[in-house]
Amino acid sequence: MAYVLIIGAKSDIAMALARKYAESGHDLYLAARKPEELRGFANDLKIRSQKDIRLLALDILDFSSHDGFYRSLDQKPSGVISVVGYLGEQVKAQSEFTEAHRIIDTNFTGVVSLLNIVADDFEARKEGFIVGISSVAGDRGRKSNYIYGSAKAAFTTYLSGLRNRLHDAGINVLTVKPGFVATKMTEGMDLPGALTAQADEVAKDIFEAQQKKQDVIYSKWMWRWIMSIINNIPEWIFKKTSI
Amino acid sequence: MSLSSWGNYPKTVNRVFNFDKIATLKAILNRHSDLIPYGNGRSYGDSALSENIVQVKPYNYFLDFDEASCTVHVQAGVLLSDILDVLVPKGFFLKVTPGTKLITVGGAIASDVHGKNHHIEGCFSESVEVFTLMLPDGEIISCSKQQNTELFKATCGGMGLTGVILDAKISLKRINSRYIDQVTIKTKNLKETFEAFEAYKDASYSVAWIDCLARGDGLGRSLLMVGEFRDDGELGYEDRKKLNIPFNLPSFLLNRFSVKIFNSFYYGRIRDRISRQRVDIDQFFYPLDAIRHWNRIYGEKGFAQYQFILPKKSSFSGLKEMLELITCSGKGSFLAVLKLYGEANENYLSFPMEGYSLALDFKIEKGVFALFEKLDEVVLKHGGRIYLAKDARVSQAVFEKGYPKIDKFRALRKKYEMNKTFQSLQSLRTGI
Ligand SMILES: Cc1cc2nc3c(=O)[nH]c(=O)nc-3n(C[C@H](O)[C@H](O)[C@H](O)COP(=O)(O)OP(=O)(O)OC[C@H]3O[C@@H](n4cnc5c(N)ncnc54)[C@H](O)[C@@H]3O)c2cc1C
Ligand SMILES: NC(=O)c1ccc[n+]([C@@H]2O[C@H](COP(=O)([O-])OP(=O)(O)OC[C@H]3O[C@@H](n4cnc5c(N)ncnc54)[C@H](OP(=O)(O)O)[C@@H]3O)[C@@H](O)[C@H]2O)c1
Repeated sequence: MAYVLIIGAKSDIAMALARKYAESGHDLYLAARKPEELRGFANDLKIRSQKDIRLLALDILDFSSHDGFYRSLDQKPSGVISVVGYLGEQVKAQSEFTEAHRIIDTNFTGVVSLLNIVADDFEARKEGFIVGISSVAGDRGRKSNYIYGSAKAAFTTYLSGLRNRLHDAGINVLTVKPGFVATKMTEGMDLPGALTAQADEVAKDIFEAQQKKQDVIYSKWMWRWIMSIINNIPEWIFKKTSI
Repeated sequence: MSLSSWGNYPKTVNRVFNFDKIATLKAILNRHSDLIPYGNGRSYGDSALSENIVQVKPYNYFLDFDEASCTVHVQAGVLLSDILDVLVPKGFFLKVTPGTKLITVGGAIASDVHGKNHHIEGCFSESVEVFTLMLPDGEIISCSKQQNTELFKATCGGMGLTGVILDAKISLKRINSRYIDQVTIKTKNLKETFEAFEAYKDASYSVAWIDCLARGDGLGRSLLMVGEFRDDGELGYEDRKKLNIPFNLPSFLLNRFSVKIFNSFYYGRIRDRISRQRVDIDQFFYPLDAIRHWNRIYGEKGFAQYQFILPKKSSFSGLKEMLELITCSGKGSFLAVLKLYGEANENYLSFPMEGYSLALDFKIEKGVFALFEKLDEVVLKHGGRIYLAKDARVSQAVFEKGYPKIDKFRALRKKYEMNKTFQSLQSLRTGI
């Protein structure tokens, strides 16, 4: 069966997705900065699923490498899932532009650079699906993470435009907005249990939504309602809060 | 955190450590004492419980599968069920499997588990080609029957007290079907049960369910189930729908009347002296896995399993005496399993020996522990022993008498200073 390309493959959510897609019969390209660190994982997955699992090196910040990276895939993927992200440190990013820059480029510029290339290929072939993992943080800016949040907001908008563009070619674009997820990114943070998803729950939500060709999902589902409340708080009140 | 084992007894509070890298595990062993590895918590008692627990289940990659040599190499946290999911469809099965597939490979080695074919294939360690073990100082050693044999014999059956098993290469057997031809033999009393075991001693798999509440003439009446893999080429292996017990049931539901009714029904439902069925792997080997959390039927207080084995020559009189004690007490439940074992192996603390073993569950209630102590006396009188994987209460004296190689085990623990790092509630209680 055709390959699914997962970008940012070392993240816990990406690994859960890899298991899910291999289990359901897909071969995989797993792209990460240090693919050698995924060797044990990929070997395990290969034995369990008997699918072809290939490891590839990719730095989302190395924009000029993206074209060559995509061209080097001898069989083009039937779907691409971008899991890459960088939370960064908000306070540092306020005063040190290099940190802000890195947050913006990892969550937005870099992914745009790569997905543009993918979109051209899919549009020409009239097949494929694209999944982008954005965040609820992009729904409304808050003082605790608005640099990350605004980069994710830009990414959400990008995905919405891409969906619109690729619709005629029959290509589905899914935007995923996770709430809290227990992963390396949030390790050590004090997350509210009931609202926090495990990586494999998010992966399951994504897989099912992608199979059903949905457009936008929240994970866990209740975040849709939480965010709808948050989005409806009048700005004059919202600006005084610290949530 | 509070982890418990399958019996939900005892209840403890522990510190739980996780590792995904060898270096992390090494640091944990370096810094803490009273540590014990924890697999999937399917041991019934306190062998995997301690103040400090190292969780091994997340350390669960397949490392290699070699079809030509019929071996699979996995990290110790891989579940037997994972191995079956991957390899039954390819025509492979475990040489030795216990009555649940929801245990880790590490747990299978540490308890040197056995299955319905012990009389032919022996314990799990027979199928272990080699494993690696992390010693207290962080050194990693390969152990097999040829290499570091002392550590091999101590670790197989060593209840996690020699170090952390990291990965193991297991040899498998080929099968040509996921179905088993099962023959059920209904016996009227203990004598007939023993005769049936002897008559079917060449069957690949055999085990009996015994009605431990039947008295008088019916004492020891059983259903002996024997089986052989079929040869029909059907290898698909899917998960069945599972029932679930969502919470602890009130424990009064299980009493001598309800159990007696269940037992009569279970025994009575088979009409013929000999009947034949075609069953699949899960039905034959893992009937209890079909009900998730079945341990919750024993209620909040939990339960304990009492499993002992007696040498063959004293098995008949010994079992009779044991069954009389149990039926008189009116305790004991519907899960009572009798089996004829093959010869003992050389491992220091492995449970099996040639003879008959009986395992039965008791809910934790007044009088149970006093009954166990009475049973202990009979076990010792007949030269038997208790299975540590099921135990939460045995005394040091009773344990030691059953395991003559304990001194070798203790000496080895001392030599490698394992006792300074690894202790379980069970090892502290029994002075292992
Ligand atoms: C329904 C049911 C049926 C069963 N049937 C049988 C049967 O037929 N035959 C039989 O022999 N047993 C049987 N058992 C018992 C079970 O097979 C054993 O208790 C087994 O050891 C449980 O494995 P686990 O992975 O759950 O380990 P745990 O219960 O977590 O631990 C068991 C022991 O193994 C040690 N251990 C675990 N992992 C490691 C490791 N990586 N390195 C070192 N030590 C480790 C622990 O310290 C502990 O001493 C049954 C249990 C159940 C619940
Ligand atoms: N966890 C949450 O609560 C949460 C909530 C909402 C949204 N999300 C989003 O979910 C996605 C997955 O996050 P996660 O929680 O699983 O955290 P994570 O483990 O930190 O995942 C981020 C991934 O992005 C990769 N990455 C970062 N910079 C990269 C670069 N320059 N080039 C290539 N890859 C790079 C990381 O690779 P390395 O492993 O090499 O560092 C890592 O695999 C992210 O997009 C995140 O923003 C997470």
